[in-house]
Amino acid sequence: MASWVLTAMDLACQKAQRTLFEGVSFSVPAGSWLHIEGGNGCGKTSLLRILCGLSPAARGQVLWPSSSPSSSSSQTSLSRPDRSVLHYIGHALGLKPDLTACENLCADAQVSGLALGREQAVQALAAQGLQSRAHLPVRVLSQGQRQGVALARLRTSPARLWVLDEPLVGLDTQATATARALLQSHVDAGGAVVMTSHHDVGLQGPGARLHLGREVGRA
Amino acid sequence: MLGLLRRDLRLALRRKAEWMGAVFFFVLVAALFPLAIGPEPATLRLIGPGVLWVAALLASMLSLGRLFDADHQDGSLEQLALSVAPLPWLVSAKLLAHWLISGLPLVLLSPLLGLQFGLGSEALGMLALTLLIGTPVLSLLGAIGAALTLGVRGGGVLQSLLLLPLYVPVLVFGTGAVDAQMRGLGAEAHVSILLALLLASAALSPWACAAALRLALE
Repeated sequence: MASWVLTAMDLACQKAQRTLFEGVSFSVPAGSWLHIEGGNGCGKTSLLRILCGLSPAARGQVLWPSSSPSSSSSQTSLSRPDRSVLHYIGHALGLKPDLTACENLCADAQVSGLALGREQAVQALAAQGLQSRAHLPVRVLSQGQRQGVALARLRTSPARLWVLDEPLVGLDTQATATARALLQSHVDAGGAVVMTSHHDVGLQGPGARLHLGREVGRA
Repeated sequence: MLGLLRRDLRLALRRKAEWMGAVFFFVLVAALFPLAIGPEPATLRLIGPGVLWVAALLASMLSLGRLFDADHQDGSLEQLALSVAPLPWLVSAKLLAHWLISGLPLVLLSPLLGLQFGLGSEALGMLALTLLIGTPVLSLLGAIGAALTLGVRGGGVLQSLLLLPLYVPVLVFGTGAVDAQMRGLGAEAHVSILLALLLASAALSPWACAAALRLALE
């Protein structure tokens, strides 16, 4: 198993001249998880976007797992991460309402340069309990089912680091259990999960909780 | 990159009304002018190339609003920004798809609409040729405006203000070529300049768009 580590060093985030958090440092090694907690508007989503390289940090640095196998001497790098090392699911799920769930998975894989057959896509959806919805346009699916489709995309992703913003929101009891099992098996297989959630996800194994908030973030 | 091109074309087929709107706009504007100006053949021949070019320009701007907007709304843009493929390449694929569904129909329809203005066959051919070279430039330059105004409230007006000055050279040399052809002066110089505009915008626009999109995502 690769021994890469995602490292955040002294991150600070400013939105509209207001400091959301500062001095946030942590590391997430392969095979572990990080659960980011905190109240609404404390910068959880901003932190995830900084981790993905989508937004710049006001201060600090993020070392991502390196995508090129050639640079194995240094397991992490400062360059912008891409989908081969990192899979991000944000509030906006990145699904096209006019494409079917199955087409969404295939098109998404193609865009990131992966080959994904229809059967594999349907299998991934079936594993999320969405087999009967695979050939419906995403626009007719419920919010929870859309979340399920987004999670099915994780099953087809080669990325070892998953960055998930509220992955369990809208899911019913059974889908939540499926999603937990998916995250747990990813961590057990040597991947890593960084997520925000208001639920207790209950992941086993090495992991940490990070509480973002004024009293902690300002420390 | 091909995958994104296929995806965008498939999406366009699922949402015909969106791009058909721009094409219908082009046809309607071009059809209304002869009705409003009157049946004087000399006048119609004089204004024909200009009217068709302005109509194509406005139709092209009309279809630009949706170029990145939908992807921005549903989060696909974030996924594209994280993609293994470089963002400028993906933007190029999106632009190619956009031109195929909203620019190419204008080129194909232009000779038919030119007939209403009594343009001769040589002028019709030159009109189609200049539009063939010019409409991709409109898409390429327009995409920069669309990317810069992404997520801005009232971005449509701002976009027009940004783009119209950039569109002027395309318009001038596009209509100039047809005019020169009609006067028997030869249009090579105009066409060469249009081609140069196409090459320059094709080389620069995807990078400018990618930079603007990254800013819009922050």
